[in-house]
Amino acid sequence: MELLSGAEMVVRSLRDEGVKYIYGYPGGALLHIYDALFKEHDLTHILVRHEQAATHMADGYARATGKAGVVLVTSGPGATNAVTGIATAYMDSIPMVVISGQVPSAAVGTDAFQETDMIGVSRPIVKHSFMVKHPSEIPEVIKKAFYLAESGRPGPVVVDIPKDMTNPTDKYEYSYPKKAKLRSYVPPTRGHSGQIRKAVEMLLAAKRPLLYSGGGVVLGHASSQLTELARALNLPVTNTLMGLGAYPGTDRQFLGMPGMHGSYTANLAMHHCDVLFAVGARFDDRVVNGVAKFCPTAKIIHIDIDPATISKTIKADIPIVGPVNSVLDDMLAELKSMNVKQDANVVNSWWKQIDEWRGNGRLFPYNEGDGSIIKPQAVIETLMDVTGGDAYITSDVGQHQMFAAQYYRFDKPNRWINSGGLGTMGFGFPAAMGIKLSFPDETVACVTGEGSIQMNIQELSTCLQYDLPVKIVNLNNGALGMVRQWQDMQYNSRYSHSYMESLPDFIKLAEAYGHVGIRITDLKDLKPKMEEAFALKDRLVFLDIQVDTSEHVYPMQIRDGAMRDMWLSKTERT
Amino acid sequence: MRHIISLLMENEPGALSRVIGLFSQRNYNIESLTVAATEDPTLSRLTLTTIGKEEVIEQITKNLNKLIEVVKLVDLSESAHIERELMLVKIKASGAQRAEVKRTADIFRGQIVDVTPSIYTVQLAGTTDKLDSFIQAVGAASIVEVVRSGVTGIARGDKVLSL
Repeated sequence: MELLSGAEMVVRSLRDEGVKYIYGYPGGALLHIYDALFKEHDLTHILVRHEQAATHMADGYARATGKAGVVLVTSGPGATNAVTGIATAYMDSIPMVVISGQVPSAAVGTDAFQETDMIGVSRPIVKHSFMVKHPSEIPEVIKKAFYLAESGRPGPVVVDIPKDMTNPTDKYEYSYPKKAKLRSYVPPTRGHSGQIRKAVEMLLAAKRPLLYSGGGVVLGHASSQLTELARALNLPVTNTLMGLGAYPGTDRQFLGMPGMHGSYTANLAMHHCDVLFAVGARFDDRVVNGVAKFCPTAKIIHIDIDPATISKTIKADIPIVGPVNSVLDDMLAELKSMNVKQDANVVNSWWKQIDEWRGNGRLFPYNEGDGSIIKPQAVIETLMDVTGGDAYITSDVGQHQMFAAQYYRFDKPNRWINSGGLGTMGFGFPAAMGIKLSFPDETVACVTGEGSIQMNIQELSTCLQYDLPVKIVNLNNGALGMVRQWQDMQYNSRYSHSYMESLPDFIKLAEAYGHVGIRITDLKDLKPKMEEAFALKDRLVFLDIQVDTSEHVYPMQIRDGAMRDMWLSKTERT
Repeated sequence: MRHIISLLMENEPGALSRVIGLFSQRNYNIESLTVAATEDPTLSRLTLTTIGKEEVIEQITKNLNKLIEVVKLVDLSESAHIERELMLVKIKASGAQRAEVKRTADIFRGQIVDVTPSIYTVQLAGTTDKLDSFIQAVGAASIVEVVRSGVTGIARGDKVLSL
């Protein structure tokens, strides 16, 4: 058997796990590992400019590919800088393996230079974590880390490695395990057949059914089963912010996303449905609004791989614990074998009601104005048009995120990549980089705002070094738009610290980093200049688009109300 | 309602902190906690008591089960079980009080495990209620110090919590 040092084992284990990219930043505790990495040619290491960006890059990669992203950070500040990205991944159940350097084991607990209790700091935001106690256990720990990160309900796993575990002169026998064994961890593989039959029966008998699916369908690769079942039962469909693309966004049966900034149609349909069929969704507070008033007439079927998600906030009538793809497969099989047929007339009259709510215009209507100023909604519609609706779109957090979710109609899963749970500003740009690296031939755009983009703008430098020609679509309204919107609506327009007085010249900034900057201030230039930007396939283009500062995101649910209680504009409510 | 949750977990550093962290992180109540290794040195047995509505208890057990190091879990209060808590109490015992303390300890089947001219140290095992009653019977004025182990428990009959 081959003898390797701990540092070499880390690198070799990653290679044997099939890892292609590592996003990281070196430091004292990692020097042995970086030296081993220097001699390894099958792994590509991306040197970011800030560790937070490394985690978001790994996250973007994971969301687009379904495989765990790998992050390498040093002890102390390197580790703590990664915390926001780990929490982001945790909230959205994204598979990620974070390897953090640690001070030598003899120094642990002595307040040594660059020491942080990373296991302790990250404990509430990881699926699991390991501290390596002996170099020989490194391969097994790394195997377990990937297995835990990617199986069941995915999530980030931290592996903390004290520097002495990677000492280049201490060599041990190396073999990479084929399988990870954990007696205490058995993720479910099938749903309960009795529950599945009951769910199908309930759906067949429903008068006003609604399919509500979330990020679990994207993570669980169940988009095709979901689509098939929705079509077989002629179900109206709403996808949450995390679930967009799981059902085709341009399809007639799709009603838009639900919740705080969900469509009028989706929110009304949810309020009035009699059977709510929840698949891989978690009844987030940004979806359900007031818990006491939620879906007053609905029976609830809830499929999730995580039993703790079921009946957490909203009690399920038919809970089904299992992987969404296998449960939906079983439901489809059950449906085909059943003699009971759906009453088409009943469902058609439900559809008639929904079509009345929907009307003939946009799913999310807005006032186009007189054209003297660019509306942010129009930018997303143009982006959809210019990219043919088939780009990977990442976003940061705020109004632009909601506009992107509302107006870009995703027809495929894994194409819409945003921080839904934690709401991390600064996420979108590095996430886009992680995707572009894996899919160099695809169009990858980050929809952002002048607030969010500045939270990780240093990565423009990384993009030049590794040739990552993503497109940045900056909806520049000169204000922290979502904060300002709330201040407009609830604080009598007292704009407490929600605007920026000294924004940089983003064009010059992009140019200073070696990229292309294009400013758009006129509506008539919007489409041609955006086309010009996307035609520059091998360059990063920073599109700085001046948009209407006064624009709000609507609908906006009224706090603690029912699903149907919304503001539809500044003056009009349901 | 009060629940006694008993679990087996990997006897590894950090496992206990995950259990405790879960309670503070999710704002669950924790009344008492005991933990020690079992006859299988790779496993620890942890017993905790908590008070909450049924929905909350359901979430507590689900989230405990989700912790990777938790191998098996049972809510002892759901079926017949034996629960015990150990208490050591230092009680003022001089003059006429001395005989009275001894009598009360006998009634509660406690044992006097340490004696000085002015103090009796009483060891008492039983349910939380029984220990509370003893303290009440002795009277707060006589109590010098109380140490309680927290509740531990086991199911009645053939039911066992094992791998």
